[in-house]
Amino acid sequence: MPTTAAAPGGSAPATPDADRTEELGRELDRLRAEVVAARGADDARYIRTVIAVQRGCEAGGRAALAVSLFPPAWIAGTALLAVAKTLENMELGHNILHGQWDWLADPAIHSTTWEWDFVSPADAWKRTHNHLHHTYTNVVGRDRDLGYTILRMSPDQPWRPHHALQPLYTALLAPVFEWGIALYDLEADAVTQGRKSVRAFLRDASATARKAVRQGAKDYVLFPLLAGPSALPCLLGTLTANTARNVWAHTVIFCGHFPGDVRTFTEERLDGETRGEWYERQIQGSANIEGGPLLHVLAGNLSHQIEHHIYPDLPSNRYARLAPRVREICARYGLPYVTGPLWRQYASMWGRVLRHALPSHVGFGSRYDGGVERAVDDAPGQVCQA
Amino acid sequence: MTAVSWLTSPLSPDDYLGLLDPLWSARHPAGRVTAVLPEGPAAATLVIRPGRGWHGHRAGQYLPVGVEIDGVRHWRTYSITSSAADAPTITVKALRGGRVSPHLVHRTRPGTVLRLGPAQGEFVLPRPLPDRLLFVTAGSGITPVMGMLRTLAGHPGPVPPTLLLHSAPRPEECLFRAELAVMEARTPWLDVHLTYTRTDGRLTPDRIAALCPDWRRRDAWVCGPSGLLDAAERSWEGAGVRERLRLERFRLAPLPPRGSGAVGVPVLFGRSGVEAAAGPSVPLLDVGETAGVTMPYGCRRGICFGCLAPLAEGNVRDLRTGQVHGGPGEMIQTCVNAAAGPLVLDL
Repeated sequence: MPTTAAAPGGSAPATPDADRTEELGRELDRLRAEVVAARGADDARYIRTVIAVQRGCEAGGRAALAVSLFPPAWIAGTALLAVAKTLENMELGHNILHGQWDWLADPAIHSTTWEWDFVSPADAWKRTHNHLHHTYTNVVGRDRDLGYTILRMSPDQPWRPHHALQPLYTALLAPVFEWGIALYDLEADAVTQGRKSVRAFLRDASATARKAVRQGAKDYVLFPLLAGPSALPCLLGTLTANTARNVWAHTVIFCGHFPGDVRTFTEERLDGETRGEWYERQIQGSANIEGGPLLHVLAGNLSHQIEHHIYPDLPSNRYARLAPRVREICARYGLPYVTGPLWRQYASMWGRVLRHALPSHVGFGSRYDGGVERAVDDAPGQVCQA
Repeated sequence: MTAVSWLTSPLSPDDYLGLLDPLWSARHPAGRVTAVLPEGPAAATLVIRPGRGWHGHRAGQYLPVGVEIDGVRHWRTYSITSSAADAPTITVKALRGGRVSPHLVHRTRPGTVLRLGPAQGEFVLPRPLPDRLLFVTAGSGITPVMGMLRTLAGHPGPVPPTLLLHSAPRPEECLFRAELAVMEARTPWLDVHLTYTRTDGRLTPDRIAALCPDWRRRDAWVCGPSGLLDAAERSWEGAGVRERLRLERFRLAPLPPRGSGAVGVPVLFGRSGVEAAAGPSVPLLDVGETAGVTMPYGCRRGICFGCLAPLAEGNVRDLRTGQVHGGPGEMIQTCVNAAAGPLVLDL
């Protein structure tokens, strides 16, 4: 809120407000400890069940697509494969790579050994996502997920002419989202800025290329060949499933951070940031999606993005039960808890894409960005990508 | 399988097979307990039928076993007590206050699936067999030797003279007592001497020499508490026959004692061979980086799990909760854990 925004660059003096923030931190820490102590056999059964269902859907989908000249088989196969790929990416890949299931001490379900059906290799993704995005959530210039280096999602980001086209390329990105993420994880921007060596870039690029060849060969060459006369429908079904998964992942992820009410922060915010302030930033930088259990599991529980951002390493199946308690805590501490049905979050996200396609000082610019710290909004040129 | 793995990428065909039956997975080898045989009141032998990933064992080797308790898999290693020709068996003594061993002894039923690591260790019989053998064991140190004795008993050719010097606190706590008596009576090559430490005192090098005058000319295997092993090592070294001695430590060699000027406890980075002193509240990530070890790192605040490293030995303290945890093989977040005593990281 403009009225309560801290002076940029200044560390806040110890005030009752600061005490309250630390009390919030302690309360959220206690809630975390409670879940950690309660993890057990039921949680283990949950993740193993999801794994079994996912592999069952994948095997069933592939089998049906092998005979997909028969139209009902095409529909069933494509649907099963889309569900399998969605579960694999969201509830399994994303969450296991976060270390949410490392406590099982099962080498088969562990962040160090898991590899996913995604173009970007797990290691590359863990760095840009787990490390950079989750540490610097919504800090302009530090969190590369804030616009994925090509989109302008905050008035704090300098406007460039190519941003005028961002509604177009946001739409084009959705169906090929995994390829976008793979390119993004290579951090070409860091190479041009001298933060990453050309050698490291080439090493990462060749790892990504190997992964892409393997995943592409499986989906678009080997299974269609095995399908014989059903080759073409099999290929189209797989393409449809991958595209559906990409559009869905794009939707969930964009709705988790870019609805209009979600705040962004300047780098000064990170100076001496306390545990309580970190929690506050995570809460204010995320948005939830409301829906039923099926929506949550297909979203990898990233529909509980706020809970995920404050507790990225707690098992995803716990977020739904945590959500009402986190919401109650937020209400008590006067923190926003941005949530809404999918359609509303989706529309709001698009509103933001459209709004920031134009420079902030043009007319309706940033009227809705209630939470953005204004001190730098008036001089956007000063905040540049580090 | 390699061809099929292109179809299951990034998973392996094993990941699908293992869902149908855990024993079909070679990537994550498993075994099914087929029998639980009591060995006295607080110990049991588990007979294991291993699945596809099993590559056999040699008598005297040990077996990493993954046991699921309340959803969490706990890894422990136990000596294999069966002969190389038979299905692997492990004999587990329930430690009071322990977590895994009482579970295995008292609450494991036939049908339970255990994850298995590969059989490991060089505490085995050489081929061809030496002229004379001496086994010195104490407590559960008898377990790897039992596998070797059973293998010798099944040996098709002549077996060289073998002496077993075993010590246990009391007769009722002596594992395999009945079987050893039978084996000794039936075979001409085996002599067994049992020492009960409550009444007779411990096995010392002097005593070993008295019971086995030709110990210098025998190939020897010693397994038991580190006091026994250290004494044996000194004694065999003093006699200039260290190469005839094989030792099996149930824990890694103790770390060098804390130096007088060092701040904190010693931390050894096993793979890089660097040793550093760690303060009680310094994250291991910082300890390693200060010492010049290339450490995996990430967010440095316990979020991203980019800094995970395998703990080889010792315990760590979670700086966020104060909780002490650890154990061989546990992956720990080095950015939020400090040394809770001397430890070894596999880095």
